Amino acid sequence: MKVLIPSALRSYTENGWVEASGATLAEVLADLDRIYPGIRFRMIDEQNRIRPHIRFFVAGTQARDLGQALAPNDELLIVQALSGG
Amino acid sequence: MALDTNQAISQTNAQATAQTTAAAARRVVLLVATRKGAWLYHGDAARGSWRVDGPHFLGHVISHVRLDPRDGRTLLAAAKTGHLGPTIFRSTDLGRNWQEAVKPPAFAAAKPGETGRAVDHTFWLTPAHANEPGVWYAGTSPQGLFRSEDGGVTWAPFSCVNDDAHYREWMGTAQDGTPDGPKLHSIIVDPRDPAHLYFAMSGGGVHESTDGGRSFHPLIDGLDVVEGFDRGNVSFHDPHCLRMAPGRPDRLYQQNHCGIYRLDRPATTWQRIGRGMPAEVGDIGFPLVVHPRDADTAWVLPMDGSTVWPRTSPGGKPAVYATRDGGETWQRLDAGLPPGEAWWTVKRQAMTADAQDPVGLYFGTTSGELWGPAATKAATGIASRATCRKSMRSRRRKSPRNSG
Repeated sequence: MKVLIPSALRSYTENGWVEASGATLAEVLADLDRIYPGIRFRMIDEQNRIRPHIRFFVAGTQARDLGQALAPNDELLIVQALSGG
Repeated sequence: MALDTNQAISQTNAQATAQTTAAAARRVVLLVATRKGAWLYHGDAARGSWRVDGPHFLGHVISHVRLDPRDGRTLLAAAKTGHLGPTIFRSTDLGRNWQEAVKPPAFAAAKPGETGRAVDHTFWLTPAHANEPGVWYAGTSPQGLFRSEDGGVTWAPFSCVNDDAHYREWMGTAQDGTPDGPKLHSIIVDPRDPAHLYFAMSGGGVHESTDGGRSFHPLIDGLDVVEGFDRGNVSFHDPHCLRMAPGRPDRLYQQNHCGIYRLDRPATTWQRIGRGMPAEVGDIGFPLVVHPRDADTAWVLPMDGSTVWPRTSPGGKPAVYATRDGGETWQRLDAGLPPGEAWWTVKRQAMTADAQDPVGLYFGTTSGELWGPAATKAATGIASRATCRKSMRSRRRKSPRNSG
């Protein structure tokens, strides 16, 4: 599926849109980490919790559970808040 | 802000065992870590001109950058951005190229039914013993101790600290202590014995291991705690900065939340040596630096510790205080520093020294300034309208590391 990478993580991917596969959000993130080593830990901590300021959206709806099922034609949007100021 | 120099390389080089050249040893490399990235300042032997290399990792919060004294070219940088998880970057060519750690410091997965901890940032990096090439230690917030045996590529937790029931109690939680999270810091390796280790926790005291880290024990006798609390309770101890005298490994100095201390091993009771500081200044602060060749000489930079701890110099008049007799007496050093209205201070790892003769002292302020020795001044280490300072100030607009 197509995955939109936020600007702060494009040092890993170089591109805004990348391809990754998996039947769940967790599997897609694991596949991203296989292709772009290190990227997952910047978003998910060692207790498998989504880090603050990181959000995932599928079909316009926020995905809060790493176990959420994804379809091959889904687009995964990864959003990183640039909050503060 | 965190500062370090190539002091250890220069010392090792003096013993003709390092890979760097003698000429390289006479140069100073100042490593500057800030909330806006990292910079390397390459100075000449006279510290009269500086070449600025940076920013590295612009926009990343860099808590610490350390140079490996065992090869003179490997750098580790503890990094995170404001909104991403933490990591470690590694360079083997003095910052020309960087690679990310494959497995950064991370706590063990929680057992079922328990809430596990997650590293917010790595705060401290220490290269291990000279006879252990590639071995590094890291301290984190929340407080944890980690070790790498492959030059910082992969990191493993010390379960005897991170998961031990006593240590977990002494550490408290993220709500205890330092405003942006309690920190494990000041990891020290005895140059005579790689199995002899010390570390300090901003919430949880000073600790020692004599078996390579298989076990640790507190080292808090003689240290004061905040009035009304039990000094026998490790949790209430707040060491700010622990240093070993480079030329005398049995001598430890400590800037604590409650004063300045010295401990000469094998004794185990700290002596409060800050009592000799002027009463109007006090002996509260964060950083402490020991002379690279004279164990009786050390420097501190006092902070206003009167009421709400405003993170400013007392009276807005910053000064370094030096002792040259192991803490018996202290002398104020403020030549070149603002005479007043300077409402900044210096945090725990933001002061360092080079190995030149005379020694140069450097510090970075909470307002983002770098200060260093005047090129033509002698041993005080404080700038007097120094060329060095001016050149650094031209690039100084970097927010400080807000560790407390």
